[in-house]
Amino acid sequence: MVERHVWLSVFCHVVLLIGAAAVCMPLYFAFVAGSLTVGEVQQVPFPLLPGDHFVENVVGAWNEGDFGQLYINSFIVTLGIVVGKLAVSIIAGFAVTYFRFPFRMTAFWLIFISLMLPVEVRIIPTYEAVADAGGPLRSFFSAIGLTGFLADTTGYELDAALQWNMVNSYSGLILPLIASASATFLFRQFFLTVPDELCEAAKLDGAGPLKFFRDVLLPLSSSNIAALSIILFLYGWNQYLWPLLFTTEKEMYTAMIGLKDLIPVADAQPAWNIAMAASFFVMAPPALVILLMQRWFTKGLVDSSK
Amino acid sequence: MPASDAIDMDVGAASRPRFRLRRSLGSLVRPSEAGLKASHFRRPWLAAGLVAPQLLILLFFFFIPTWKALSLAFVQVDPFGGTMIFVGLDNFTSLFSSPEYRDSAVLTLWFTVVQCFVTLFIAGLLAFATDQVMRGRAIYKGVILLPYAIAPAISGVLWAFLFNPTVGPLAQMLHDLGYAWDPNRRPFDALLLVSVAAIWKHICYDYIFLVAAFLAVPASVIEAAAIDGARPVRRFLTVTLPMAAPTIFFLIVMNFVYGLFETFGIIDTITHGGPAGSTNTLVYKVYQDGFRQLDLGSSAAQSVVLMAIAVLFTILQFRAVERKVNYQV
Repeated sequence: MVERHVWLSVFCHVVLLIGAAAVCMPLYFAFVAGSLTVGEVQQVPFPLLPGDHFVENVVGAWNEGDFGQLYINSFIVTLGIVVGKLAVSIIAGFAVTYFRFPFRMTAFWLIFISLMLPVEVRIIPTYEAVADAGGPLRSFFSAIGLTGFLADTTGYELDAALQWNMVNSYSGLILPLIASASATFLFRQFFLTVPDELCEAAKLDGAGPLKFFRDVLLPLSSSNIAALSIILFLYGWNQYLWPLLFTTEKEMYTAMIGLKDLIPVADAQPAWNIAMAASFFVMAPPALVILLMQRWFTKGLVDSSK
Repeated sequence: MPASDAIDMDVGAASRPRFRLRRSLGSLVRPSEAGLKASHFRRPWLAAGLVAPQLLILLFFFFIPTWKALSLAFVQVDPFGGTMIFVGLDNFTSLFSSPEYRDSAVLTLWFTVVQCFVTLFIAGLLAFATDQVMRGRAIYKGVILLPYAIAPAISGVLWAFLFNPTVGPLAQMLHDLGYAWDPNRRPFDALLLVSVAAIWKHICYDYIFLVAAFLAVPASVIEAAAIDGARPVRRFLTVTLPMAAPTIFFLIVMNFVYGLFETFGIIDTITHGGPAGSTNTLVYKVYQDGFRQLDLGSSAAQSVVLMAIAVLFTILQFRAVERKVNYQV
């Protein structure tokens, strides 16, 4: 161990204390604001110590925004993203690393290209794709003449059957966010580091690909899956832009959109105490995940950028 | 397996989990073993079934929308989707000649650059301090990591409150100091507020990577420098920092990506792009023009410009990751 300097240590502690204070300061003031009444929150100067209305405000905000329903929505969407993305990616990663099949590299590249364009840059066309998911199929079938053929021969209206509007639905909130290859890429990278002997041994013992996947690869990947699911949980819960676009009915809002609705606008009564109290229970699930599972979270974050 | 030099090389590459851009590009056209395990299965239909879900989702929610954005950028559509006229590059020429768009581009550049380097500097200072202290390291880390859990939108709500000109406690302090703080009217104040919220939320990300990078510097190298008489700050500047350079490069790229694409929630909850377009970044403008003004042609052209930027940054990101792997001890 190298020598230590007292003053440097003191300086570093001061820096870290200032940093920690800067992180906590907005949260502290939010807590103070969340514990005041509407009248108290508007006084000048702003009180530095919390009042005693926090629980009351939390309950008030919860009921006002109907957060029971929004919380359920948020959990369904987040779990859908986590489970859906993990399931789809791990089998796709398995296929492109452990199978020889025609167009394997083409499939890999089609998946890989999607890493390049974040959802934010294709907002409007993706919105259209979700609002009318049957559209491409309709144009495809009418281009090959199937639509007209069916209508002439059986009277079946294919166009009418292919109207899928996913706005205000869980699948509309989940599927576009699964459509990115980051997790597939991560699993591919991990599978490439798995020793070949394991697969050889499994084959010698007569195991087929699915048995090898279930009994060897899946248990080996468990720590990657755990780390990745935490990152995906934070990603899903904190989504803002998609729910904002894809939900127009209040019953389908996620908790994040419910919070946005509580922000006081210019001419209304400045009920910041309610908004701040609400922000605590909206950020609680991801904050708990980070605090309780810090080790997995750090691993997931560092892994997913490799 | 046919034995040839080319294939041996590819198998060698496959045993390392590294991704070779150039070689894989070539393999688009010829069948290749790149990224295939030496011990593998030959069940084409099963494999097709396994990649099918991913490819289907990508087809509907990635390839078709991207294709639509590309094609929409070259046509003029009326807001009700009635008629469509091919206009060539008109959407782009009118976009680049529009002063609003140029303002937005300049603003985005400034915002992103300032956000990137301030975040990196603060995170670097905190990571350096974390590296030096012995006591309380876990607690400091736990607290500083906390904003990662907080959504950009919530960060926006918190800071919008703190600096709200009528009730915000920090705005009141600024007023007491004689500064007429009002982000609803003064463009500079709005931009400053959005930047502070964006930086506050993102420091934790850079911090995690920098702490890991500083820890990865071998103790023997640090000790050698200490024996040569280098004091802690000098050791940091001449040994630790250069060894962490690949991580820093990676973080610069990631900070740019964050500033460009992921600050939507912050802007939407604090300023809605105002006042007078002073916080209307490129991503926010796509949303405004497409969903509020229903100018689909221009919005699609803007999407295409953003796609080009995103592709550029993805390539840079891969470069950064490659360098990180190469240099780290």
